[in-house]
Formats: sequence, structure tokens, C-alpha cells
Amino acid sequence: MKKLWELYVTFLKVGGLTFGGGMAMLPMLKKEVVEKKGWSTEEELLDIYAIGQCTPGIIAVNTSTYIGYEQAGIIGAICGTLGMVTPSLIIITLVATILNRFITEPLVIHALSGIRVAVCALMLNTVVSLAKAGVKDYLGAIIFLTGFVLATFSPIPTIVLVVCAALAGIGINIRKEKAGS
Amino acid sequence: MIYLTLFIEFFKIGLFSIGGGMATVPFLMDLARKYPWFTAGELADMIAISESTPGPIGINMATYAGFQAAGIPGAVLATLSLVSPAIIIIVIIAKFMSDFSENKYVRFAFYGIRPMIAALIGYAIWQIAVITFADLSKPKPVFHYSSMGICLVIFLLLQWKPFKKLHPIIWIGCGALLGILFQL
Repeated sequence: MKKLWELYVTFLKVGGLTFGGGMAMLPMLKKEVVEKKGWSTEEELLDIYAIGQCTPGIIAVNTSTYIGYEQAGIIGAICGTLGMVTPSLIIITLVATILNRFITEPLVIHALSGIRVAVCALMLNTVVSLAKAGVKDYLGAIIFLTGFVLATFSPIPTIVLVVCAALAGIGINIRKEKAGS
Repeated sequence: MIYLTLFIEFFKIGLFSIGGGMATVPFLMDLARKYPWFTAGELADMIAISESTPGPIGINMATYAGFQAAGIPGAVLATLSLVSPAIIIIVIIAKFMSDFSENKYVRFAFYGIRPMIAALIGYAIWQIAVITFADLSKPKPVFHYSSMGICLVIFLLLQWKPFKKLHPIIWIGCGALLGILFQL
């Protein structure tokens, strides 16, 4: 019981005190989980991040689930993850309530329009860095361009596109391997 | 039954958004198109708020979207639905496979998934950009050139080394100030 509470509180702290998502969380996790609690090593933490990059879901949640599971089984996994999401639930609900109340104020409308412009620039930047890291050769570039066109101009569901891209990746690399050997 | 719909939709998002918080954005854009819960413009506000508050960005966005759809119960339900697939998958991985990320076929699949996720986020900003930079509701479309200019300047500054590491909250704050200043 004490362990479960400890898991909940530790991940509550990590979730509530880091700005900027999963990657920004790493130093905080290192301090709380590796140095203070000794639940994991720095190396293991990096492994979890590597797995988190290639499994579905939010990286922060994958980390809290993995460490919680190692410490106290499935209940531990659930407690760690509940701790991780509690601050978001409280803070976002508060912000959304306040924002919904003031959304008709001219000052708020102008500020939000400006914020949307900044969000466009930030997301464009995300796409550029993701594409730089993820597109390895011309076939990758074809997947990127086809994906963009199909997502924007066709009714094909987003999920289908992700599955097709995964299958295409496997197919292309198996052929490459055969051609190589 | 809005709660059942919320559960199914966010469970699906949790299952298919691979590689971090921003990967949920294209799926949320789909929700904006399919349901009357929030508009594409409000999704842009959600992104800004999720980046400027503590906590994982994907969780913040699920909470916000769920709240807009069905109040506090919606917020809790959307968030728990989003994390359930991850809990199941990570527990299985922790149990059976320690070297999952080194598996050959997993690497092969990611050769295709990574460019696709980038493309899908590109699709989401395309949708947000259309409503931010143009007003298509009028018979003659109106284009907001000052918004386009500001966006371009911020994007170019983001490519410049000294600004690269700045926290997004700073740019979002600048955006808010410029919005008030230029009456965007």
C-alpha cells in the first residue's frame, strides 16, 4: 500500500512540475526515480524512452507504466500512471473553465488569434524536424508526401494511413534485405 | 451515449498515435471534423494551452478535448481512455520482450511510420493554417497577410540557433501580445 502511494506521489510530482511534454521530463525523472527512489537506473530510463518512441501512447505515460509495473505489478503501473495524469486533469480543467468564460472578450479573441499564429509556426517547426529525423531516403520522402496528400484531400481515416505506412515500411525493408543478400 | 463515443475515440487515439504528444493532433483534428465537440480553431488554442501548462502534452490535450465534449467527466474519461492502450502494451512488453526496440520488424515498420506521422502532423497544421490565415466563409475569401507574416518570422527565428532551445511558452506569449497589438 505504501509503495503504491509512493508511486502515485512521485509521478504526480513529475507530471505537475515539468513543462513541455515527455522529452522535457527526462531530467526530472532522473532526479526523482533514479536518484531519490532508486527504482531504476539511468540506462534503463533511456531504454524505456527508446521503447516509448516505437510504441503507441504518450512517452511520459509509458515511463510511469513501466516503472510502476516493475515496482508493484499491474496495480503499480496503474497507480504510477494515475499520478502522472492527475496534475493535467486538474490544471487543464481549471484553464478550460476560465477560458470558456472569457472567450467573448475582444482582448482574449485578439490574444487567441495571435496564439494560433504562433502555434502554426511551432507546429510547422515540429513537422520539419520530424521529417528531417524520420525521412531516411527517397522512399521515405514518397511516404511523407503521399501521406500528406491523402490525409488532406482524401477521406481515408488517419488510422488506416498509419497502418499502411507500417506495412509499407516492413515490405520495403524486406525487399531491400533480399536484394542485399 | 457521448461517454461511450469518447471512450472508443480516445482509446483509438491512444492506440495509434505513436511517438509523443504532437502525434495526437491529427487524430484530434479528425474528431473536430466528425463531432460538434470543438472546432479546428479551438484545437489550436488547446495545443497552445497544452504546451504552456505542466504535464505531458498529449494528456493535456486529451483532458481539454474531453472537457469541451462533456465537462469534467468527459475530461477524466478521455484521459483514462487515452492511456489504457499504453498501459496494456507496456505491461506486455515489460513482461515478454526486453529488446522490443531492437526487433528487426519493429525497426522496419518505423521506417514507414516516422515519415507518416510527420505527414499527418503536417495535415493538422494545414487545417489550422487555413482558418488562421484566411476567412473562407465570405463569398470573396479574405486573406490575413499580417498573420502570415508573423508566422513566417517566428518560423524563421525558430531555425536560428540561439532561439532553437527557447521554450514554446515564450513564442505563445509573443503570439498573444502581437495578436493584441495588431488586432489580429
